[in-house]
Amino acid sequence: MTSGYFKIAGGTVYDPLHGIDGERRDIWIRDGKIVEPPSDPEVRSDRTLDASGLVVMPGGVDMHCHIAGPKVNSARKMRPEDKRKGEKVVRRAGTRSGTVGSVPSTFATGYKYAGLGYTTAFDAAIPPLAARHVHEEFEDTPCLDKGFFVLMGNNHYVMQSIQRNEPERMRSFIAWLLGAAKGFTPKLVNPGGVEVWKQLPSGNVHGLDETVANFGVTPRQIIEQVARAVDELSLPHSVHIHCNNLGMPGNWHTTLETMKTLGDARGHLSHIQFHSYGGGEADETTFNSKAPPLVEYVNTHPNLTVDVGQVLFGETTTMTADGPLGYYLSNAFKSKWFSSDTEMESGCGIAPIEYKNTSLVHSLQWAIGLEWYLLAADPWRVVMSTDHPNGGSFLAYPQIIQLLMDRTYREDMLKQVHPAVLERSTLGGLSREYSLYEICIITRSGPAKILGLKNKGHLAPGADADITIYTPNDDKTRMFELPRAVIKSGVVIVDQGEIREPLTGKLLYVSPEYDTGIESDIAEWFEKYYSIRFRNYQVPLDYLHEAEEVPC
Amino acid sequence: MSTAASPAKAGHSGAEGTDAGTTVIQDSTCTFCGCVCDDIDITVKDNHIVDAKRACVLGKAWFYNHHADDRPSCLIEGRPASVAEGVERAARILTEAKYPIIYGLSDTTSEAQRVAVGIGDTIGGTVDTTTSVCHGPSGMAFQDVGEVTCTLGEVANRGDLIIFWGGNPAESHPRHFSKYSLMPKGMFVPNGRKDRTAVGVDVRKTKTAKAMDLFFQIKPRSDFEALWTLRALAKGIDIDPEQVKNDTGIELSRWQDLMVRMKAAKFGVILFGMGLTMTRGKHLNSEALLCLVRDMNAFTRFVAKPMRGHGNVTGADNVVTWQTGYPFGVNMSRGYPRFNPGEYTTSDTLARREADAALLIACDPMANFSQPAREWLKSIPYIALDPKDTPTTRSATVAFTTATYGINTPGTVYRMDDVPIYLRPAFPSSHPSDFDVLSAIQRRVAELKT
Repeated sequence: MTSGYFKIAGGTVYDPLHGIDGERRDIWIRDGKIVEPPSDPEVRSDRTLDASGLVVMPGGVDMHCHIAGPKVNSARKMRPEDKRKGEKVVRRAGTRSGTVGSVPSTFATGYKYAGLGYTTAFDAAIPPLAARHVHEEFEDTPCLDKGFFVLMGNNHYVMQSIQRNEPERMRSFIAWLLGAAKGFTPKLVNPGGVEVWKQLPSGNVHGLDETVANFGVTPRQIIEQVARAVDELSLPHSVHIHCNNLGMPGNWHTTLETMKTLGDARGHLSHIQFHSYGGGEADETTFNSKAPPLVEYVNTHPNLTVDVGQVLFGETTTMTADGPLGYYLSNAFKSKWFSSDTEMESGCGIAPIEYKNTSLVHSLQWAIGLEWYLLAADPWRVVMSTDHPNGGSFLAYPQIIQLLMDRTYREDMLKQVHPAVLERSTLGGLSREYSLYEICIITRSGPAKILGLKNKGHLAPGADADITIYTPNDDKTRMFELPRAVIKSGVVIVDQGEIREPLTGKLLYVSPEYDTGIESDIAEWFEKYYSIRFRNYQVPLDYLHEAEEVPC
Repeated sequence: MSTAASPAKAGHSGAEGTDAGTTVIQDSTCTFCGCVCDDIDITVKDNHIVDAKRACVLGKAWFYNHHADDRPSCLIEGRPASVAEGVERAARILTEAKYPIIYGLSDTTSEAQRVAVGIGDTIGGTVDTTTSVCHGPSGMAFQDVGEVTCTLGEVANRGDLIIFWGGNPAESHPRHFSKYSLMPKGMFVPNGRKDRTAVGVDVRKTKTAKAMDLFFQIKPRSDFEALWTLRALAKGIDIDPEQVKNDTGIELSRWQDLMVRMKAAKFGVILFGMGLTMTRGKHLNSEALLCLVRDMNAFTRFVAKPMRGHGNVTGADNVVTWQTGYPFGVNMSRGYPRFNPGEYTTSDTLARREADAALLIACDPMANFSQPAREWLKSIPYIALDPKDTPTTRSATVAFTTATYGINTPGTVYRMDDVPIYLRPAFPSSHPSDFDVLSAIQRRVAELKT
């Protein structure tokens, strides 16, 4: 008779949420969940995976990447050259073929994430009008549980509610919109700036107190009020912010102001590396790192969390809902340019780029990302990301781990970048090396906690049985790029780099309560300005593949 | 495999109650053209559509002329057969072939498209869509230079200078003017048509030309020269008036006037059709237009958008791209996707007599391909899925009569601006859907391949 148990026996377990730092333990799994060991010592597991001498961690959680939807798919369409010369994913029995490059096809995305030991990923920027597109792509992106953040920083209804000083109305709208799209939390991308971009040539806002024409609101008001509404709705994750002025010299002032504007409200500042620059207004010659003062502010404000957005050298594709930024980058790199504005909601910019270690700016971007990891006092509030694919592909995560764990490796690489990095950042003086325990925090336990996912990022009974088993190796890139096994929902999906059982994975969404009396007002506004019908906008539950509502 | 379960398997019809045997489905979607109007109120009586409120002349014809075809759901070599027999035969044809191709896909749901690409992957075939014979060149231009574009609601709310280039939407997309591009009273164009300047550029005076404020009847095959004239004017480059007149058939002064208007516009839009993509220059024409629009963003906001024809051709581009990385003309014979228009596009693989079997979904190459392509197609075993009897289904080895998407089956379609829209079917069909037939073929093909 089968017991239904699957046991991972004798591994060296890392579970920072419960303070477990490399202890030899057994983990019992049943029905896709981690469970207590059976009370009857006679009960045997149906299957036992001997993990003696191996490192056992929760499955990785990428809380900020771009893997699905109209923006990602336009980048795939636009860049055949990126895939032609890149790695290929060959069809096998039970798995699909695909292309990789900087923007992998859907099946390849799932397999490649799983191949690195990641089992959860969140797309960071979805216009709700395209929500169905995302749900379709997610169903074709196996091996991962997935969710997405809903673009709201330039949403007309949000801005109008602020202008009319109707915070309750805005809060209800946010709740309605998350439920309508089946999204996870509001995302602010260049709040206010994208609407100005739609109105004017090279339009943008350049500071938190500039007024968005025709709406009479400022970026500061949008940040402050959406953050407050998110807390009032008790959403599992905070508001997720891509600050104004991304990439611009001197933008650290804007970033610091954004942090201060949040007050006591929770706030996640994404790809913070791109927002930590000193120097003169739009003057690259004075470009320098302002990570230290920003890290200091975050260190002393427990309501704030960040993901880094590490830059790696090489070719990639930038993609953003920050329309004016896409235009800026395509002009700076003289590259092809995709831009698409979504009615009432958002913008989008895509441009291929190459980060070069001979460039002062790119070398500094690389160094500033590392400063964030190495200066941050609390690893629970700094999350590993490349803002895939903006700073580089998620496939670079093992290399980032080695940069953090191996000081010699990091110093060797520092010698190869632009020499002025040593004067314009603090990286040369940083000797910190991350432990496996800390790596476990910044790649899974921390992001799961920040996202409010109580069943992810840890290994106690009740958690989803998403587990990665690594073979210890002094070469950390090697260790983290080829896990011994990856288990998702209790099923071995990757065995020594081979995809075994590519589960579809589920959608993680929220459905906060709101005053339904507002729906008629939303419908009236919607029918007046949108080009599709209100009833056809909302995504009903029966449209979704496997899905799990995360409670508020 | 993931496609075993469709997100759209559960239809949410919009049936609003019945009265004297009639049912009204509100906010139903017309999939006849790329406009994908989703505001049609359909009245159904005895499995017939008796009213289609707000539908245009093409939409009305689409809805009113729909009746469940009383042909068998499956014909093998012209003889009635069960669907299961048809699936078995289809799977054998596809797995025994050396160079199987899959083509069409632009008039079916994205759920069905996803399964079709999966079949292509399993059999190591070539997947191509009708994009390769309409806006394929625009897709290639997109790969060269990118595209500055927007959703149609942006055009409706902001567009104040609308240029229609190489197309005749008045007849091909009848509600485009009223719903999206010319008439709507939008947020920043509150007076609708009065706040907009409409410009037509075409080689002939179509019905569209009559709806324009300005019309440029250019010389046939001179789109490229006309677009580069405008690019030069945008950048302030001196050009020879005589050459411009000779090349384009239009006085330089008129182009100069147009450029003044383009720079003065707050939100300019160029909507372009197959007059650009399927004439001399092809993708270079589209590329010139996309570059002009990009250039214009140095002066004001400007966007471009190809006027896509079929109801879900945009979905086909999206699905093929997200599953393979490339938009059309994808070959998977080496076990991974490769892209090469001209080599893997269907009119070419047929005309060069390379393909030795085909799976054709919602398309009619026997009616509109070149003679060499048609002759070769007729000589190889192929499977056709179509709601209607067509020259292509008539010569098929296996022909499935399928339910009509949007009228009989739910699912997702992508409007020409990539906006996904859900279908609310009017009444069920006695025939299986494309999704059902393709899913059955996929399962059988997978069994035969292992």
